[in-house]
Amino acid sequence: MVVQALAFYAFAAVLISAGIMVVVSKNPVHSVLFLILCFFNAAGLFVMMGAEFLAMILVIVYVGAVAVLFLFVVMMLDVNFTELREGFARYLPIGLVIGVVLLIELIVLVSGAIPIGKASGPVAKAIAKQPSGHNTEMIGRLLYTDYFYLFQAAGMVLLVAMIGAIVLTHRRRDGVRRQSIAKQTARKSSESIRVVDVKPGEGL
Amino acid sequence: MWEIGLGHYLTVAAILFTIGIFGIFLNRKNVIIILMSVELMLLAVNINFVAFSWALQDLVGQIFTMFVLTVAAAEAAIGLAILVIYFRNRGSIEVEDINVMKG
Repeated sequence: MVVQALAFYAFAAVLISAGIMVVVSKNPVHSVLFLILCFFNAAGLFVMMGAEFLAMILVIVYVGAVAVLFLFVVMMLDVNFTELREGFARYLPIGLVIGVVLLIELIVLVSGAIPIGKASGPVAKAIAKQPSGHNTEMIGRLLYTDYFYLFQAAGMVLLVAMIGAIVLTHRRRDGVRRQSIAKQTARKSSESIRVVDVKPGEGL
Repeated sequence: MWEIGLGHYLTVAAILFTIGIFGIFLNRKNVIIILMSVELMLLAVNINFVAFSWALQDLVGQIFTMFVLTVAAAEAAIGLAILVIYFRNRGSIEVEDINVMKG
């Protein structure tokens, strides 16, 4: 129990301090790296709560794809980031006030004795019947049966996002020789091949 | 203190969410940091979902977290694509410049 508590406090402390560093860091590259640290520690918390599959998804998808995407964009944009820091001090008081008010509200809400019952609902009962599965296995069973249409919809969301990102960032530049499939398929042998009767000993 | 319960996880998530909001207010000019703050807030929401899923022994919270992760990944991709074309057109990513469509 003590080991678990120590692990929780370590993960939570690093998570929160890395989150603060994401926000206040001067260099956006450092922000992205602290964001990656945040995701790793959140994955640790997920493992402590028995959600191993989500922890791995967080590490693979978030650290592997989203955070690296952020890193690429930060490095690709040639922006003077010191100029963007202007107004940092101006917005500090109002940001602090709103943040502290919200934090107090949330903590009062959390500490105000939320009644936590045991498992309820048909899905929970279905899970309770088979307590012997891994987390991944149980998620798979639930995802591919009850939530199958939502799963497909999530796939559509990703497809639309992919097409949207490609369409948005794709640009047509001049002076680039591109493949014209219509021109290629419209080509006939009568237009492109010429049979020349070359006499022996002479060139063309 | 040594008994980690639901309240502990919810407190961590609340602090993380507040940091996200704080980041949006603090970095009013830098869109990249604002997007990262939104990611932090979504992470806090995910921690809440998983914590309740653990406390109630109900896996639906984890299923929902997966959908949140999916939408967050799509949002990051589209947001960064918009950011890249905005930078290509305007040469800056200041939020205060984004008022061209204002009437």
